[in-house]
Amino acid sequence: MAELDDYRADTRSWLDENCPQSLRAGGGGSLYGITGGKKFNPKNPDERVWLERGAEKGLTAPTWPTEYGGGGLSKEQNKILLQCMRELKTPPPLVGFGLTMIGPTLLQYGNDAQKAEHLPNIVQGKIRWCQGYSEPGAGSDLAGLQCRAVEDGDEYVINGSKIWTSNADEADWIFCLVRTDPDAKKQEGITFLLIDMEQPGVTVRPIPLISGSSPFCETFFDDARAHQRNVIHKKNAGWTVAKALLGHERTMIADAFGVGGGGSRLSLADRARKYLPESADGRVSDAALRSEIAQMEIDSKAFGLTVQRSKDAAKAGHQPGPESSMFKVYGTELNMARHELMVRIAGPQALGWEGEGFEDEELQLTRDWLRTRGNSIEGGTSEVQRNIIAKRVLGLPD
Amino acid sequence: MDLVLTEDQEFIRKTAADFVEEKSPVSRFRELRDKQDATGFSRELWKEMADLGWAGIPYAEDVGGADMGFAELAVVLEELGRALAPEPFLSTVLLAGQALALSGNQALAKEWLTKICAGEAVLAVAYQEARSRYDLDAIETQAVKDGTGFKLSGEKVQVLDGHVADAILVSAKADGGVKLFLVPAGAAGLTITRQARLDDRNAALVALDGVSVGADAVVGDGALLANVVDRATVGLCAEMLGGMQQALDLSLEYLKTRKQFDVVIGSFQALKHRAADVFIEIELCKSAVMAAARAIDAGAPDTAKLVSVAKAKCSDAYVLATNEGVQFFGGVGMTDEYDIGFYMKRARAAELSFGDAAFHRDRWATLSGY
Ligand SMILES: Cc1cc2nc3c(=O)[nH]c(=O)nc-3n(C[C@H](O)[C@H](O)[C@H](O)COP(=O)(O)OP(=O)(O)OC[C@H]3O[C@@H](n4cnc5c(N)ncnc54)[C@H](O)[C@@H]3O)c2cc1C
Repeated sequence: MAELDDYRADTRSWLDENCPQSLRAGGGGSLYGITGGKKFNPKNPDERVWLERGAEKGLTAPTWPTEYGGGGLSKEQNKILLQCMRELKTPPPLVGFGLTMIGPTLLQYGNDAQKAEHLPNIVQGKIRWCQGYSEPGAGSDLAGLQCRAVEDGDEYVINGSKIWTSNADEADWIFCLVRTDPDAKKQEGITFLLIDMEQPGVTVRPIPLISGSSPFCETFFDDARAHQRNVIHKKNAGWTVAKALLGHERTMIADAFGVGGGGSRLSLADRARKYLPESADGRVSDAALRSEIAQMEIDSKAFGLTVQRSKDAAKAGHQPGPESSMFKVYGTELNMARHELMVRIAGPQALGWEGEGFEDEELQLTRDWLRTRGNSIEGGTSEVQRNIIAKRVLGLPD
Repeated sequence: MDLVLTEDQEFIRKTAADFVEEKSPVSRFRELRDKQDATGFSRELWKEMADLGWAGIPYAEDVGGADMGFAELAVVLEELGRALAPEPFLSTVLLAGQALALSGNQALAKEWLTKICAGEAVLAVAYQEARSRYDLDAIETQAVKDGTGFKLSGEKVQVLDGHVADAILVSAKADGGVKLFLVPAGAAGLTITRQARLDDRNAALVALDGVSVGADAVVGDGALLANVVDRATVGLCAEMLGGMQQALDLSLEYLKTRKQFDVVIGSFQALKHRAADVFIEIELCKSAVMAAARAIDAGAPDTAKLVSVAKAKCSDAYVLATNEGVQFFGGVGMTDEYDIGFYMKRARAAELSFGDAAFHRDRWATLSGY
């Protein structure tokens, strides 16, 4: 206990010395966080400072082993670190698929050389990663993917395309599922391959979304090349790795969205006070809306407690089951419902697209709400998650 | 406060599960109902449960209790809830027992808690009236000063285990506030009429016509009663958690065996997804009940809010699990012969006790300052 108190004190003073002022109190940072990578070019130069200092201290990947540049923190220490950062209202020094998806997967399935090559670059924010899973013909039925990789000496030659590749236009490397045995059963001919995107055989085309931005792309491979040392686990055993990564992805999505996430700075009740007529007793004046807000908060609380319970169970040595699917369904649907509610609270002020007559926050809310509609699609749709729960947890037949 | 069972709690759970399986399957509840049993539960089994230490779980050792907490009690109640065991936990251990344990009236507390822990007394708490709904203060029963004591007049409804209680704790208006009085079952002016509820649990009308009690019959005030009801609510939620899990288990068993169109109906995605949603809601309830029970034990400042989270979630989830359950069963789900209907009825009764989900959402909002 005393050790943890010391850790808290040390962390507070370190943060106070090192976290740039412009990134405190919830201001000044890029909307989608500090992403790193070769193309990282933040408007606020302090973001780079914060990334470098954080990385040096091991705070970009607080719980990863120190030999790869992680912080080597225990779960309890990490909890304290996150609390201290929340107190300062400062963004994490780095976000992205490197930390949440490929990193944990490499720690689980990578060999020593792969870990040594890639993990430090992730931790230091030097390389930004994207995910090459989905294809035009392979979405929910991911194992039906067609993108081909053929051996050629020490290398693989890759041909085909991926779609919905989030941030491919800004990423440096892509972790990809490729077909290496077209004759095997569809799950058994897939390999998990890391591909450097900085080569002539890889091109990327952004796709505009309903929210007006283009965070995801179509990615084309035209005789692109990757060295065989970039196969994770074994040739034709990529499906196992792919599923493990999806587990990390779902946990990440649940963590990010479930518990009051979604970037909301004002509480729901304060939003309602802002947009609704004042009431004499200080309560939210629309009783129906008040009840919806309470329901949202109660559901969020119960969900947060369930995430905590699963972590406590893991700590006590219980094996985690397929519950990441439960977190994915509930966490994302909760986040979507929260945004729907925020839109209804803001009323007509939620209808702005750009320009005069709307606050920045209102314009952002509109876009955020549209973006959340993808939450129940990305990372495996809600329907697919319910299939998994029915089969793996409840034992219902196909 | 980790949300996992300790080894001791796991042991208690196992003991309770084994006991329920061996001695209290749902068929026992069905028999009691079928023969319109005069007591409405089994006094023998109640004594056995007390001998296992369950009635005294949250009470001090000097009255024969185990000096444990709601985290342990919840584990037992969950197992009992799975089998709809009708023994008087809610009335005697949770409502009356907690009122006495929190009371400053040491003499009353000692006398009755000793009997409760030993399984030798059934007690009831009469707090609800025909128009009070979930407001503990919205009552008309009056306590009028009478010498050093009081005279109680009024009418209480749906008093759990009222017709078999050895004593009843009655709430009444006194000096502008609410007070709770202990009235022995045989008191002059007390009329108790058994009621029939849809869930076949014991309930009674309790009419008081100038019932005299001494000053030493005062158990506590309105604040104490509110606190007691919060605690009992968590106990009820634990029971509900067991019931909803059993409803899902019964449903899954049926989904895996009943065939239509030459396949088991559990292969139909329309049913699978509904079952998955029930599963998720139950998982949320588990966490909420564990957190609320641990908050009570720790005297945490956010206890009241966590109680409302638990009751709001459990109310909706138990109703969902049993409504969906009947739908999963199809026609047979509507028959008295199948147990799923028992759970649906109990879900309603539990939902509409101590405030439904809407009530607790409003309370959450009030406690959160909006
Ligand atoms: C915002 C966003 C970001 C994304 N980022 C990435 C990324 O970085 N990398 C990447 O590889 N992919 C990414 N994706 C793609 C995502 O993983 C796929 O969209 C998803 O797997 C669904 O595939 P699909 O779009 O082809 O839909 P389909 O599979 O065609 O599904 C259409 C509908 O059919 C339903 N359906 C399909 N199969 C079943 C079934 N068996 N039972 C019941 N219903 C079914 C689905 O639930 C859905 O409602 C992203 C998607 C979004 C929206």
